[in-house]
Amino acid sequence: MSTTLWIILAAAAVTYLARVLGHLVLSRFAYVPPRVQAGLDAVPAAVLTTLVAPAALSGGVPELAALLVTALVALRGGALVTFAAGAAVLIALRNLPG
Amino acid sequence: MSADSGSRDFWRGARSTPAMIIAIAPFGLLFGALAADNGFSVAEATLMSALVYGGASQIVGVELFGQHAAPWMIVLSIFIVNTRSILYSAAAGRLIAHWPSAQKALAFFLLVDLQYAEAEREAEQGRKLTLGWYLGLGLPIYLTWIAEAAVGAAFGRLVTDPHALGLDFLVPIYFLSLVMGFRRRTKWLPVVAASAVASILAYLAVGSPWHVSLGALAGILLAAALPLPRYVEPSRG
Repeated sequence: MSTTLWIILAAAAVTYLARVLGHLVLSRFAYVPPRVQAGLDAVPAAVLTTLVAPAALSGGVPELAALLVTALVALRGGALVTFAAGAAVLIALRNLPG
Repeated sequence: MSADSGSRDFWRGARSTPAMIIAIAPFGLLFGALAADNGFSVAEATLMSALVYGGASQIVGVELFGQHAAPWMIVLSIFIVNTRSILYSAAAGRLIAHWPSAQKALAFFLLVDLQYAEAEREAEQGRKLTLGWYLGLGLPIYLTWIAEAAVGAAFGRLVTDPHALGLDFLVPIYFLSLVMGFRRRTKWLPVVAASAVASILAYLAVGSPWHVSLGALAGILLAAALPLPRYVEPSRG
């Protein structure tokens, strides 16, 4: 089997593991300590931020403007509108003549 | 559950999916295009969408693959991106605790961000979650997700200037919109700030993909260490 196929199968396995793990662990405890709960609550924002920050560091004006607009539109708009606004700014600024 | 009510629940779930399918179509297509761009065949891209079914993690995976990261690092990074599913699993597990184990096992496979959010909403409306409703919601989204990977992978090769279309930077924009979506959580700002600074430092000092786990760890530990919000003790009469 190719390396790619192995990666896909392993990725599927660890992804499914993550999707059952929370239930398997939590269903064994009647009580989750508040500090563990607080840490778990922070997981989505913490992980997703790490996927944005280094990209912002190496970005130029179109990239930074797109991120700024995305953050501002997200305060009001839904997911689709937010993404479309950020993408529109990025594509427009990258395609400016000159 | 009778066959009649199962089918009625299925269609009630399915009827709410068209708007969601339109909303996530760009990401399914984007994944296919990025996968092809990073050396995946159309079949491999399609298989990954069918087996992994986790948009953000799939995109991270093919990007690292394109950067020739070690296979175990790619798989570890995919797991790290999907650690948020552990939370969904813990919370959603309580909503479907009354289901037989085989049905729960199937439900967890489909437990993506959208599915989880809709499951919470269904429960908030006082409805008991049924397998029919859950599959009615989940299957159309899952099946179109697979098709989008195939179309995106085939179409991605026709895109001659991905930079002009912004394809390389749509991912950070998408992730930022997700980050913003969690902004009402307690300690969101300190967590985001700590993870941003730590991930940039780790990116410069250690390199990719460790900036993901090290950056995330900084935010998570900070959240656990900060003073807890007023916690209401369950009454112990």
